[in-house]
Amino acid sequence: MRLNYILSDLGIGLKRNLSMTIAVVVTIWVSLALFGSALLANEQVDLMKGNWYDKIQISVFMCTKDSGGRGCSGTEVTQEQKNRIRQVIESNPDTAPDGVFGESKKEAFAQFKKLYKDSPIVSTVTEDQMQESYRVKLRDPQRYQNLVSAVAGLPGVDTVQDLRQYLDPLFEALKGLKIGAYIASGLLLLAALMQISNTIRLAAYARRREIGIMRLVGASNFYIQLPFLLEAILAALIGAILACGTLWLGVYFVVMRRAQETFKVWQWVGASETFRATLIMVVVGIILAVVPTFLTTRKYLKV
Amino acid sequence: MIRFENVSKTYEGQTKAALLNVNIEIEKGEFVFLVGTSGSGKSTFLRLVLREHRTSKGHIMVAGKDLNRLASWRIPQMRRQIGTVFQDFRLLPNKTVAENVAFALQVIGKPRSHIRKTVPEVLELVGLEGKQDRLPDELSGGEQQRVAIARAFVNRPMILIADEPTGNLDPATSEGIMKLLDRINRTGTTVVMATHDVSIVNQMRKRVIELENGHVVRDESRGVYGYQH
Repeated sequence: MRLNYILSDLGIGLKRNLSMTIAVVVTIWVSLALFGSALLANEQVDLMKGNWYDKIQISVFMCTKDSGGRGCSGTEVTQEQKNRIRQVIESNPDTAPDGVFGESKKEAFAQFKKLYKDSPIVSTVTEDQMQESYRVKLRDPQRYQNLVSAVAGLPGVDTVQDLRQYLDPLFEALKGLKIGAYIASGLLLLAALMQISNTIRLAAYARRREIGIMRLVGASNFYIQLPFLLEAILAALIGAILACGTLWLGVYFVVMRRAQETFKVWQWVGASETFRATLIMVVVGIILAVVPTFLTTRKYLKV
Repeated sequence: MIRFENVSKTYEGQTKAALLNVNIEIEKGEFVFLVGTSGSGKSTFLRLVLREHRTSKGHIMVAGKDLNRLASWRIPQMRRQIGTVFQDFRLLPNKTVAENVAFALQVIGKPRSHIRKTVPEVLELVGLEGKQDRLPDELSGGEQQRVAIARAFVNRPMILIADEPTGNLDPATSEGIMKLLDRINRTGTTVVMATHDVSIVNQMRKRVIELENGHVVRDESRGVYGYQH
């Protein structure tokens, strides 16, 4: 029965401030949607990183007659050199156990033909021009420098290739985008916070007579705050639900229907990541409503 | 019921004290007039009793509780024992007479059945039977003040504080309001009334406390408004 009065108060409050309430809902909607996208972008970068780093291996290419690397002397790499190189790689602590695979000229040529099967270049290349190599899997893909420097320059080693040096700039760029999205959504969330606080201030001003009488007759602070809290939470929830819907639509149409079809090899964020993001969004939305409302109404209730 | 012990109050940013070394004891069931010119400290006195402000020095006991030691979350509870009436009535214009009175009970969480029973009773007590569905705008000043008194009294407070309740009313209407306050006093409620109204004070012959520049300059039982020089 107490709830009745509170709910009728809530209805009156929402009606009175309809335009402000809509403004709050829209701000929360947009800012939370952007925030959720940033969360998902973060997940996506992590997924891609894991994807790529898993496949990362260091390729140690060995000398042919024509190669001009530091460890080459214009002759084919000898079996003795190859054994020595293999030993150095295997004894390095960063090499994964059983992580060394040799690729012979023949295998390299087959791979080459497969990769460029539609290109005229295949006919100009012979098996002899291929480089023998060791492919090394790492214990921890982040730690590659040690092995690279240990192997580079050994007699018979032409070049050491590490995919990371190509991937890292890409991930740096993605990280920049991610941070940008977080900052933008953070600013929007801050704007939402201040807007809610202003809306509550206006609502409290519109109800100052009632509030004055409530205080006079001894209504508890919580009772006085409750309609404001409910109003703000309701607005935040509507905004959050709209934002979650927007995010789901975005994931469905952009990721599931387009990206996943086009880039099948990559892993993409899916339902579980989106669900997690929406949970966080709802929680953030509610905090966004409760904190400023609580602080603003407290100021009005100071005795 | 209300005791001031060496109470001083200086408002923030002011050098002059609004109240200075006030010692007053008001017993349960007393009717007390608080008189004095504007700025003499009457309103400060009442606000301190309501714990709208803290004392700068000294202690105030209300119904056995030291207001300085009252946790802020207990203040609402304390105020439920004090009814308050003002010169400007402070009614909610969009609520009817009955709703205005019921509001005071609703917001402290009284059950609906209790409200339905109590509100007509108190409206009858203040002489507003049959007007429960009127809006404040449709009532005379005296009637509006009766609504305010009904609202202040509906929770049966131990203390009724009235700040110039007849300030906006003509003498005949004021007399009716005073009779009502007297009737409420007779139910055992302590009444403290700040006023400028000489004839009312002289007529009622109740205790008079006079304030001047924050000091108590006179405290007489069965007193009149001013000294007869």
